[in-house]
Amino acid sequence: MSLLELDRVEKSFTVSVRAGRIRRERRLVRAVAGVSLTVEEGAMVGYIGPNGAGKSTTIKMLTGILVPSAGTVRVAGLDPTRSRIDVARRIGVVFGQRSQLWWDLPLADSFSLLRHIHRVPADRYRHNLGAFCELLAMDDLLAVPVRQLSLGQRMRGELAAALLHDPAILFLDEPTIGLDPVAKDAVRSFLVEINEERGTTVVLTTHDLADVERLCDRLVIIDRGQLIEDSTVQSIRQRYGTERTLVVDLEAPVPPLTIPGAEVVRVDGPRQWLRFRRADLTATELLQRVAARAAVRDLTVEEPAIEDIVRAIYRGNPSGP
Amino acid sequence: MRADWQYRTSFVLFLLGQALVAGLDFAVIAVIFSRVDVLAGWSALEVAVLYGTSGVSFGLGDLFVSQVERVATHIRAGTFDLFLLRPIGPLVQLSGAEFALRRIGRMVQPLVVLCIALPRVDVTWGLVEVALVPVTVLSGAVIFGAIWVLTSSVAFWLVDTQEVANAFTYGGSAVTAFPLDVLGGWLRRIVTFAVPLAFVSYVPVARLLGKPPPLGLPEPAAFAAPAVATVLALVARQVWRVAIRHHRSTGS
Repeated sequence: MSLLELDRVEKSFTVSVRAGRIRRERRLVRAVAGVSLTVEEGAMVGYIGPNGAGKSTTIKMLTGILVPSAGTVRVAGLDPTRSRIDVARRIGVVFGQRSQLWWDLPLADSFSLLRHIHRVPADRYRHNLGAFCELLAMDDLLAVPVRQLSLGQRMRGELAAALLHDPAILFLDEPTIGLDPVAKDAVRSFLVEINEERGTTVVLTTHDLADVERLCDRLVIIDRGQLIEDSTVQSIRQRYGTERTLVVDLEAPVPPLTIPGAEVVRVDGPRQWLRFRRADLTATELLQRVAARAAVRDLTVEEPAIEDIVRAIYRGNPSGP
Repeated sequence: MRADWQYRTSFVLFLLGQALVAGLDFAVIAVIFSRVDVLAGWSALEVAVLYGTSGVSFGLGDLFVSQVERVATHIRAGTFDLFLLRPIGPLVQLSGAEFALRRIGRMVQPLVVLCIALPRVDVTWGLVEVALVPVTVLSGAVIFGAIWVLTSSVAFWLVDTQEVANAFTYGGSAVTAFPLDVLGGWLRRIVTFAVPLAFVSYVPVARLLGKPPPLGLPEPAAFAAPAVATVLALVARQVWRVAIRHHRSTGS
């Protein structure tokens, strides 16, 4: 039995749209349109897709917040709708944009409330809290009211809060949104650690492909409510994320450079954007060719954004709706 | 709750305010009885008992259950999702999250009125009469609580429902402080059978005071309050469950 099972799951919403002055039209929107997916214990799965693709809706059905319109959802063999409370004991959830901590209370009080809500045994609680404080360098934060924590500090608190009751599965909805690179890194290292040490299964949605590359062995892409890709990160990158952009700051403005294998897509004063394909040449080769023509002061390589990859994948998948 | 204690002065002032508001309610009754001696066959002292029991019931419901009316706010803010992620019923969590001890103020004044009026009314106190008072108060609290849950459930379909809920709960508390026979025919039937506010206080208190069963009800109706409360509570629970299945959450 897989830890998570979705079988032809659908979720539709009716939305009222204004049509004319008074008249309102009711329209059926299928947020999730037939998703089948299984996740094995111990896996780390990235669940990505553009805004409105159905990611959060899927997570909400898995966690028992939303009831599917059709199909079956099983979490550890349980139906999250019927056995919501039993499922709640087995899952941990972190919403990047919504805090589950008590805003006015010190972090330690939030933890202790959650301990009572989940009925975590005292020794287990002490052990977990100790471990998380060490991994997340959180000791100094325990006495601080949650509203006074920075986003990065709060996110560390959220992670610990979601894991206090030793859940088998951790769902993360955009856990790194709005975090600075250092905080992002702390979150990622922590997730790797708990996955390895505790065997916690992790399912995360994100717009940051770096999260997925660093963490996930498996990448599932959803668009317009349907799964359009389910494989490893490398294979998806190689297949779709072929175009990169080299941004160079030259010593002085020059006309757009002509370089074989690359194309100037934008010029802004001394700065030029050169698009090139991974298969044609490496960033170093391109840089050498640019340097041969003009003096380079600074440079960055832009990887394709996740949205671009998703769009590219979607274009390559005309089977979508 | 803990937050309440952070602001002790404000807490005390709020208590006073609540007691004052409750006092004004009672003043209305006093004003009415300064004009007439008897209201629908009830003396001022008897109405005071009625007011006291319904007031304490309402206060209890207000203290423990009225927090559910905040569900609409939580749904809109998306924080209701979090309640669904914890292994405790969302009703209990709502009640706890919004618990305000200061609401006890609303209960103090009717309790005082009840304690003053009860020994003065003409009642032959037997076992039945003694038991009837707490049973009535508790059943009434459950009825108010169930009405709160029922009206708050509407929030899952419509977004802003607090006013609808208030009409039934605060309106209900105002209505049950009076002998319901003062109401017109159809309104009387609504509060007896549709929204059983009559059982909060009027019907059982009539029995307590040795009056014939009002509203054309049979004799045993006087003891039906716990049954009515249980049925209403079960209905409320079922509606609440269905409502949660209709929860749509918010974007993101």
